[in-house]
Amino acid sequence: MRAMTWPQRIGWIVITVAVLVWSLFPVFSILMTSFKTPGGLFSGTLLPEEWTWENYGEILAPGGGAQELFLTSLRNSIGISLIATAIAVVLATLCAYAIARLDFPGKRMILVTALAVSVFPVVSIVTPLFNLWRSIGLYDTWLGLIIPYLSLTLPISIWTLAAFFRQIPWELEQAAQVDGATPFEAFRKTVVPLAAPGVFTTAIIAFFIAWNDFVYGISLTSTDAARPVPAALSFFTGASQFEDPTGAISAAAIVVTIPIVIVVVIFQRRIVSGLTQGAVKG
Amino acid sequence: MASITLNNVVKTYDDGFTAVKGIDLDIADGEFVILVGPSGCGKSTLLRMIVGLEDITDGELRIDDRVVNDKAPKDRNLAMVFQNYALYPHLTVYENIAFPMRLKSSDVDDKEIDERVKRASRLLELDEHLERKPANLSGGQRQRVAMGRAIVRNADAFLFDEPLSNLDAKLRGQMRTEIARLQRSLGITTVYVTHDQTEAMTLGDRVAVLRRGELQQVASPRGLYEQPANLFVAGFIGSPPMNFLNGAVEGDTLRLPMMDVPIDDRLRAAIGDRSTVIVGVRPDAFQDVDAMENEPSDGVRVSVEVEMTEWLGEVLYAYVPFETDEAVRETLSQLDKDLDGESLRTEMVIALDANSLITGGDTANLWLSPDSLYVFDPETSVNLTRDESRAEKLEEQGRTQRQRALERAKEREAKATA
Repeated sequence: MRAMTWPQRIGWIVITVAVLVWSLFPVFSILMTSFKTPGGLFSGTLLPEEWTWENYGEILAPGGGAQELFLTSLRNSIGISLIATAIAVVLATLCAYAIARLDFPGKRMILVTALAVSVFPVVSIVTPLFNLWRSIGLYDTWLGLIIPYLSLTLPISIWTLAAFFRQIPWELEQAAQVDGATPFEAFRKTVVPLAAPGVFTTAIIAFFIAWNDFVYGISLTSTDAARPVPAALSFFTGASQFEDPTGAISAAAIVVTIPIVIVVVIFQRRIVSGLTQGAVKG
Repeated sequence: MASITLNNVVKTYDDGFTAVKGIDLDIADGEFVILVGPSGCGKSTLLRMIVGLEDITDGELRIDDRVVNDKAPKDRNLAMVFQNYALYPHLTVYENIAFPMRLKSSDVDDKEIDERVKRASRLLELDEHLERKPANLSGGQRQRVAMGRAIVRNADAFLFDEPLSNLDAKLRGQMRTEIARLQRSLGITTVYVTHDQTEAMTLGDRVAVLRRGELQQVASPRGLYEQPANLFVAGFIGSPPMNFLNGAVEGDTLRLPMMDVPIDDRLRAAIGDRSTVIVGVRPDAFQDVDAMENEPSDGVRVSVEVEMTEWLGEVLYAYVPFETDEAVRETLSQLDKDLDGESLRTEMVIALDANSLITGGDTANLWLSPDSLYVFDPETSVNLTRDESRAEKLEEQGRTQRQRALERAKEREAKATA
């Protein structure tokens, strides 16, 4: 590749900066809002006139008005998302392995169903699910959220992992079997190490999907027993009933987003390769 | 060390397709047997049935007289080298070779693992690559790692599935010699699958020729070349391949497209009362009359129109076109398809001495001995001129040669370790 000339370089820098500003400006704006005092919220400037940590204090420090609400919802979110991800990844690994290796009646059906489930609008299921959960007692419980979350995480996990497994040649396991391994031993020693990056990437993707859900979170919970963070943010109250807790909400949004951003930045290469793995053979 | 016996082994897939149609094969302990045939003939399927990766639909497979039809691959104690090597990409070369010994089923301690791996790597010249990963190795090096993984196990037999087909021509030649040397020095029963008849001829003690799931002939390379059992084997073995001409019987003369041959006793016994036969003649059976020093009296002279020639330094190929008779066109066309040919050849290939001055467009005066002609039945494709006693003698010769080679190898080994 020819090295870029200076005008080209400058052009690229300009474009990159423009794209960065365009994408990150809203995030930056929220970050700044989280540092503003209630009075300075509508000052109209981007940067706070007065920098304060009180918003963070409110949601995190003991004695803060929204602390209990925020921390319990954070706990709920982490717990529910992790469990939904774990179950989805385990089930999807078994399913994807079968789909990649074997030819059985109903194989196409499974893949098509998985796709159909993932494109089906969540909002249309929510009301009947609300009724159903209330009658069988799953309403406002962790399990009551984990089960619908599986419908979000399983399809994408199956598709991604099937693509990964297809890339691992069957001969490796066959060679291991000829060398003296039982089928399960062959799987464990040859396929698992090679599939580990794929499983890890799928887990990250599934976790995000579960974490970001709002519709199920707000409809299938009524107390903070199971309410996840996106839903809980809408319950923040301000100093009086006329004041929106914008500062607290911004702070909460930052607290919830930053860890995700860090994880994505660290594993970005893995994630991109995970999404494009099955695209081209080789 | 083990003998492998196949008794009427059949493989039928779920969709009804029969890939292997009842094959009987006896492989003696220490023998190097090659399974050869065009693509789709069932040789890889047969190999996979021997190792246990395919189920055997019918028939018996014995290893050392024990029936092993239902045994899992890991219980058969066989080592296999796959066509694309199947090396574990996440392990180093050392770990790849050590892999079989690190499994639960084998109880080898670390010290012995190290010894065996080092021994295998020395034999295969992999010492400087032990800490590298397969992705960074060349094709030939990967090939050797795959063989190292196989020999480190002290298996009863080695199975090779077209191991050289992914290598370039020069490397293929080198690795062929390596494999032959390895087998001679270890003396382990080996079954080798290939579609390349050169590999078959140079490597095997005995060669089994397969066509569409059926065994055509099992014999030493010499036996296959000199005494083929049928049209397919005759056309498959030998490069350039045997020429097939239609022969019309008229009284005491056998009429071929470009010459007439008097029918002597040998040919009469073969032809019987057929009126049409297929005649096979190898390219090297002809000689240029002008380049011959003394012409033997029992030959036939023939004048042919040479269309073009190819001079290769050590040999001169001359191409002589001819018309195939309607009667045998069907059989020969089918044969051509089976041999992976593209169209029915209506050209005769003649291999002449490189000193010959024949060029394209010439009328060549050639000499041919009728003893070098093969006669085949046009319907059954059987070789009518096959000499059973000579075939048996060739097999005996082959067996003695193999014995001698194995003994020499053992002596060399003993001397080397002494």
